[in-house]
Amino acid sequence: MNWRGCYTLFVKEIRRFYSVILQTVGAPVITALLYMLVFGQVLQGQTIEGVRAVEFLVPGLMMMSIIQNSFANTSSSITQSKIMGNLVFLLMSPLSAFEIYLAYIAASLVRAVLVAIVLYLVTQFFVSVPIHEPLLMLVMLIFSGGTLAVMGLIAGIVANKFDHLAAFQNFFILPMSFLSGVFYSIQNLPPFWQQLSYFNPFFYMIDGFRHGFFGVGDANPLVSLIVAALFFVAVSAVAITMLSRGYKIRG
Amino acid sequence: MTEPAISFKNVQKRYATTHALKGVSFDIKRGEYFGLLGPNGAGKSTLISITAGLAQASGGSVAVLGHDVVTDYRAARRALGVVPQELVYDPFFSVREMLRLQAGYQGCGKEVWPWIDELLERLELEDKGANSIRQLSGGMKRRVLIAQALVHKPEVVILDEPTAGVDVELRRTLWKFTRDLNAAGHTIVLTTHYLEEAEELCDRIGILNHGELQVLEDKAALLGRHPYRFLSLELSAQGETQALPDHVERLVEARRGDTLDLKLRQGEDFIGEVIEGVRGAGYRIVDVHTREPSLENIFVELTMDKDQNTDNEVTA
Repeated sequence: MNWRGCYTLFVKEIRRFYSVILQTVGAPVITALLYMLVFGQVLQGQTIEGVRAVEFLVPGLMMMSIIQNSFANTSSSITQSKIMGNLVFLLMSPLSAFEIYLAYIAASLVRAVLVAIVLYLVTQFFVSVPIHEPLLMLVMLIFSGGTLAVMGLIAGIVANKFDHLAAFQNFFILPMSFLSGVFYSIQNLPPFWQQLSYFNPFFYMIDGFRHGFFGVGDANPLVSLIVAALFFVAVSAVAITMLSRGYKIRG
Repeated sequence: MTEPAISFKNVQKRYATTHALKGVSFDIKRGEYFGLLGPNGAGKSTLISITAGLAQASGGSVAVLGHDVVTDYRAARRALGVVPQELVYDPFFSVREMLRLQAGYQGCGKEVWPWIDELLERLELEDKGANSIRQLSGGMKRRVLIAQALVHKPEVVILDEPTAGVDVELRRTLWKFTRDLNAAGHTIVLTTHYLEEAEELCDRIGILNHGELQVLEDKAALLGRHPYRFLSLELSAQGETQALPDHVERLVEARRGDTLDLKLRQGEDFIGEVIEGVRGAGYRIVDVHTREPSLENIFVELTMDKDQNTDNEVTA
């Protein structure tokens, strides 16, 4: 392992998002807070699965931000490097596919965790959300953020321009996350959509994550954990294979 | 160690519709200053990309200091520094940060920071370390790229057209810098479109054309191999003149006003005979210039011949 090379890339990726932190951490927190204020007003007095609706929203908004930011970090970095041409510096370095993968995913997770923590802390001014099972919450966060970071890596490798990334984000990531029960319990859905949700891996991510906070959920948390882990391993295998074959990055 | 600096063995590259490299085999010796020449589209950049790990060969192999660029890529890439042709940079970082990051990718730590400062100084960038690369002129960006290729002190350095679009003064600076590197023991591989550059700098020259290695020779031998010399005669007509005799006329390359340019085959056409022939036709010779062939003449001739042969094959 070229640990130093891998660590350098990791630090570089962190510094990249840190240099525009208002955009990378500030903006998602503001967006989530706006959701919180609007939905909080509309849902006042209601409960979901025995939890106050406005509290139920918090893990959902956190997971939305984790999903979007993990994906954005890797995908925009790779695409930008491809377009600017500076990806060659990485490709000419003695870094293995796994080292490149690890550095990108870890940096992306740092951003996702940072956004999640800030978001959680800020919402505590308005509501009080407990964390029943911190370990489950943390593991779900890592698998979910990791999965989306890997998907961002794949999208970045495949995309030829930012337009392709936007398409991936708007036509795939956004619907999958909105339809996963971020803002609701799937038990409120008509039976067809409820059944369909069980085929959406994003549903397990959010459900397991929320289980970590409230100790209740729609699915068995162990099932959520296994699905999230398997999904993470599957997309990772695809990304590492792409990197080691040089798919679309080594002519 | 006796392995060559770079060894190309039957390197092939096929794209969907083109055969960019058709089995290129040669060695670049350790410590030499090697010139890789060829017209646009000859396959030079493809060959360099394969060596640097930016492209994958369709067949054959490349080794840097004996390390295969695919199976032993870490050692190969540590031994190699490549200055890319395009002026690429990362807009998020300053010059010094970029160089330190690059050193980090190579597995080097703070121990190379003094070397990075030395590089900045030698490339006359010492006051630009804190600047964003975006703010630098094209020539400065080029020098940053050179520094970036050298952060890990590679034994073999490839410069892909480093002086394209660079002013004369900077070109001289870069020439000296690469010569110093070569003198310090680095193997230098230069691709260039400026043939005078290759003539000035390189010990040995390889010419790629249509994806094949057409020539591989010491510069001196290559220049000596060219069987021509050039003669320019400045004439003034004195009264009646006649047509030039056949044995002179067939040597004429161009007429520029009063000046006649001739191309003489060595050992066959003699200056004395030409001058006599011209005088015999009634001309007075005002001035005489002779010129030995340059690499440019040889290059044009070699690559043109090949083109003509190819055309003949196509039409035959």
